[in-house]
Amino acid sequence: MFENLSYLALQEYWWAIVSLLGSLLVFLLFVQGGQTLMYTLGKTDSEVKVLANSLGRKWEFTFTTLVTFGGAAFASFPLFYSTSFGGAYWVWMIILFAFIIQAVSYEYRSKASNWLGTKTYDTFLYINGLVATVLLGTAVATFFTGSLFSVNEMNQSFWQSPFHGLELAFNFGRYATYINLSLGLGVFFLARVLSILYFMNNVDDKAILERARKKLLPNAGLFLVFFLFFLINILVISGFNYDPVTKVVNMESFKYLHNLLAMPVVLIILLLGVVMVLWGIYRALFAYDKCGRKAIWFSGAGTVLTVFALLLTAGFNHTAFYPSVYDLQSSLTIENASSSKYTLIAMSYVSLMVPFVLAYIWYAWKSLNKTPITVKEMEEDSHSY
Amino acid sequence: MEHFNLALVDWSRAQFALTALYHWIFVPITLGTSFIIAIMETIYVKTGDEMWKRITKFWMTLFGINFAIGVATGIILEFEFGTNWSNYSWFVGDIFGAPLAIEGIMAFFMESTFIAIMFFGWNKVSKGFHLTSSWLVAIGSNLSALWILVANAWMQDPVGMHFNPDTARNEMVDFWQVLFSPTAVNKFLHVITSAYTYSALFVIGISAWYLIKKRDVIFFKRSMVVAATFGLITSLMMIITGDESARQVYRVQPMKFAAMEGLYYGQTNAPLVAIGIFEKAPNPNNPKAKEWAAKIEIPNMLSYMAALNPHAFVPGVHDLVHGNKEQGIVSYYDRIARGKTAIQALADYKAAKKAKDTEKADASLTVFKKNYKDFGYGYYDDPHDLIPNVPLTFYSFHTMVGLGTLFVLIFILTLYYVVKNKISNMKWLLYIALWSIPLGFLAQEAGWMVAEFGRQPWVVQDYMPTLTAVSNIDHTSVMITVLLFTITFTVLLIAEIKIMLKQIKGFKDGGH
Repeated sequence: MFENLSYLALQEYWWAIVSLLGSLLVFLLFVQGGQTLMYTLGKTDSEVKVLANSLGRKWEFTFTTLVTFGGAAFASFPLFYSTSFGGAYWVWMIILFAFIIQAVSYEYRSKASNWLGTKTYDTFLYINGLVATVLLGTAVATFFTGSLFSVNEMNQSFWQSPFHGLELAFNFGRYATYINLSLGLGVFFLARVLSILYFMNNVDDKAILERARKKLLPNAGLFLVFFLFFLINILVISGFNYDPVTKVVNMESFKYLHNLLAMPVVLIILLLGVVMVLWGIYRALFAYDKCGRKAIWFSGAGTVLTVFALLLTAGFNHTAFYPSVYDLQSSLTIENASSSKYTLIAMSYVSLMVPFVLAYIWYAWKSLNKTPITVKEMEEDSHSY
Repeated sequence: MEHFNLALVDWSRAQFALTALYHWIFVPITLGTSFIIAIMETIYVKTGDEMWKRITKFWMTLFGINFAIGVATGIILEFEFGTNWSNYSWFVGDIFGAPLAIEGIMAFFMESTFIAIMFFGWNKVSKGFHLTSSWLVAIGSNLSALWILVANAWMQDPVGMHFNPDTARNEMVDFWQVLFSPTAVNKFLHVITSAYTYSALFVIGISAWYLIKKRDVIFFKRSMVVAATFGLITSLMMIITGDESARQVYRVQPMKFAAMEGLYYGQTNAPLVAIGIFEKAPNPNNPKAKEWAAKIEIPNMLSYMAALNPHAFVPGVHDLVHGNKEQGIVSYYDRIARGKTAIQALADYKAAKKAKDTEKADASLTVFKKNYKDFGYGYYDDPHDLIPNVPLTFYSFHTMVGLGTLFVLIFILTLYYVVKNKISNMKWLLYIALWSIPLGFLAQEAGWMVAEFGRQPWVVQDYMPTLTAVSNIDHTSVMITVLLFTITFTVLLIAEIKIMLKQIKGFKDGGH
């Protein structure tokens, strides 16, 4: 069935799959957001334990989605994988270290003889929550603002900054850095908002939920400030267009705005996503008793739709999704960075498993989340974190 | 070779070796104990005996502690292909990336979804659903091993692909050939059965400690029965698949095979050096060749092991470097010349394409295709640079084989005495079982050293040497990350061991 699709259609299909994984990842970063709020929302050891366990039953999904995102990017757009990971070395290494320290922290935080002490593992979780969200957001923003690299005729990439990616977040002499950081901080505050909504769904503790509600508004406000700064900027900046016939890359004014207007479905998904995120926050703030528990589903689904639409805007409609501001013609497009047609077809058959995977994840979550987590349950559970 | 940054290559290799070796401390225990736990829980569900539930939970706790650090050390490997081996990622990403993506979609989600049920679902889901989850965790873990091992096997025996000169990379043409190549099938079976064997040693060793201390004797005798039975079956399978793996190495990586056996000069009726010690190289004209200080040989065995024919010719290092017309072996000197021709032809093809000189492009492409199978050799001038570290490969191989054989014996004796209910009196066997945990680890790492050091200098056999595969970054950056990984992983390992020991020492079966 996939054999009948054109090479370009397969490349677009895979960009959509990678975008979907990326958007699910951003939603699942609520785990990271929650890790930065554990000691804000929990004031006693048992309250912190409830929060840690609430997040601890989900952290692996975020982790696995990140790993699958990396694998899918490697399989479908290997030139992006080699250019970005090999070039922006320090950004990715810092992100990876943040995930390494997270992976042991839940399991070890409350175990006897854990050597480093609970506070250290909780600090690891905080670092992961802060660094992973800000840097992943910053890295995604470069899909719109570009990076410094070149690709030679053998398709070997060369990063053109000695800071290997750190310049994307810390070169304050370049305006694009502010756009990058605004998405990084936007993702950070969004993750905190989503975690608050998640706790409202998953935790049954009056004191924690009271504090969570108080923290929702300031975090939502900051998210909106940074996100709108990013969104407005990318709608007005020049973007990286390429000619569908000659494949020559050129700068086009209002490129991303043009993309959204040229792809009304994507525009609708974006608007729907933003509205759903805001609707979830609004309902949690002003109709908490009625539907506070359900708010995460609105804002979560809205997050997936928003990020999905943004990533489609970055890669579709003859747009270079990983642009180079050092050498425009080295910019990566879904056409020049993808795997061969055969590999994309083979991988497309594998992608048919995704709905099945989502179905069993949903079923397993449902089985575990029949009732929200309580302090009492933590005291009785021998495997609690 | 002078234009390659060899310091970068060395540091990149050091980082990959470090992270992979650390990761592999934990992975085999996950692969095998997940099945052992699932078997224990099955017995619980079938018999309704609460002690089996407690046994399951005890080993599950140790599994969880080990699993967390396995995940922590594993994430870097997925991304390291890009961060440190970006040229490799492009050159073979069209083939190598697919198994990694399938691993994520097919295996990691299964593992992470059902592990939550396994740990937290005891009172939330039915017995049947919980048991199914435990089995799915085991299957998911092992599926992830399948895909990464397929990817590794492909690097040792690249099949199912062709080189596309326009994109300057290898592209997949047959997915099934990649998945079911004899090297891939054998590698997967050999690695997982060896992991199961190590896991069985882990369970038996810890159980032995309790029996030495005379604590919770029945509890740990039961654990031992399951682990020894499991270990005996898997260790026998490990030996069978190991034997077949050696034949695959002989077929596709003759230099590695020669290194595994310390065979410098090829011969018919080749004997197998069962035990051997090298002395320093005596020949100034061939400084890398080493003589034996002492050895015990089994006549004709190497020929038989390689080709199932006791009289078969087995090429040595010298035959591969200098060629052997009689046996139809092309020398590395010739292969280097062909490789250089291929590299030049590819450059000519690219230049001609750019200049729109179709005739020259076609002619260059013809030359390129004719010589492509020796492409990687063209990056070298001296054939001796194409020889792996023979003593290291030899000693690693023999350590692995010797310990593997010992483990079979340990399983047989343990099973015999535990069934006869005499195991508590066999203090010597209990101590051996306890010490077999580090020995199992040593055998695991030795196996990977054979596989990875033995194939040097290739990252993709014959096509891509390690020195062309690295990312174009400064070696100082890699040096710093090596240091950071060393510190981080060591700290986490110490924490893991301390927690594990505390759990083991502090355990007392609450069912009494």
